[in-house]
Amino acid sequence: MSGLESVIAGPWGAAFAIGAMMSATFLCRIAGMVVMSRVRITPRVERGLRALPGSIILATILPVVIDKGWPAIMALAATIVAMALTRFELIGLAAGLGTLSLIRLFGG
Amino acid sequence: MSALRSHFSLAGLGQGARAALPAFPGFIMFAMAFGTAASQKGLSLAEALGLSAFVYAGASQMVGLEIWQRVWSPTTILTIMTVTAVVNSRMILLGATLHPWLKDEPKPRTALNLFLITEAGWLISTRYHSDGGRDVGILLGSGLTLWAVWFVATFIGFFAGALVPEPTRFGLDLVMPIFFGAMLVPLWKGPRPALPWLVAGAVSLVFHALVPGYLFILAGALAGVVAGMLIE
Repeated sequence: MSGLESVIAGPWGAAFAIGAMMSATFLCRIAGMVVMSRVRITPRVERGLRALPGSIILATILPVVIDKGWPAIMALAATIVAMALTRFELIGLAAGLGTLSLIRLFGG
Repeated sequence: MSALRSHFSLAGLGQGARAALPAFPGFIMFAMAFGTAASQKGLSLAEALGLSAFVYAGASQMVGLEIWQRVWSPTTILTIMTVTAVVNSRMILLGATLHPWLKDEPKPRTALNLFLITEAGWLISTRYHSDGGRDVGILLGSGLTLWAVWFVATFIGFFAGALVPEPTRFGLDLVMPIFFGAMLVPLWKGPRPALPWLVAGAVSLVFHALVPGYLFILAGALAGVVAGMLIE
């Protein structure tokens, strides 16, 4: 025990920390797959998971965009309009970033 | 019909690499910011690259920096492990959605594909999958490409962070949210299927206001899934 403790306190400690973080993350990455292979997937579960991509996007960006205020909201709107018209992600991205830097350039 | 059966092609790898392109700007900015923060925090290059290569999950890497130690103990290792698991728990959901696509794949390749899961890469692959694509090569190709971009950008950020102009000037602080916003459009199938998204957004706003950290993403995502299950 004290042997392990002294190794962790030594120069290899960071490697242990990275290893611990990697294991925790990898467990999260595989857990969903493992669970799904063991439970029966009902139409209800399927419906829930179908809602996930859009839900994760809104859950991720809404607080950030609202924190950043109206320039971010305008940029997001420009992105969505450009995407709806072209269906091409890079154009959507360019429209959003362009709008944002223009607003900021003129002191938004 | 056979197109809807899972398969793997080497040609898919290159196609996946190209499909990942829209996620590059966000990945580069985030990984460079991490590399810069890591060097400012006093981490060695090996530590910064090790985190990017093996943990490969931006939010948890950033949070990890906050509690990074010069001298480690079993307790601090356990702490950073727990915090990492909490921040990355939303990946459980991402992995679950890949099950129908990967269930008949060889286990080692699935392990690699799952190791490479990121939200951005998953969104790209999800879009491909919902358009009827089933080539696992696309998933792996985009995953490997994004991993390499992440690794290289960490390296650059570690050394060049101080030289990069203020990211807010070109809107680069919002690259990731804007990319996510762009990915939302092809997911739109009318207002009804989007109702759970509203629930997710509302719940994440509430959590963001009340709970510090990144938990608002998980809370919102879970709320969206539950809403999707409840709404017929």
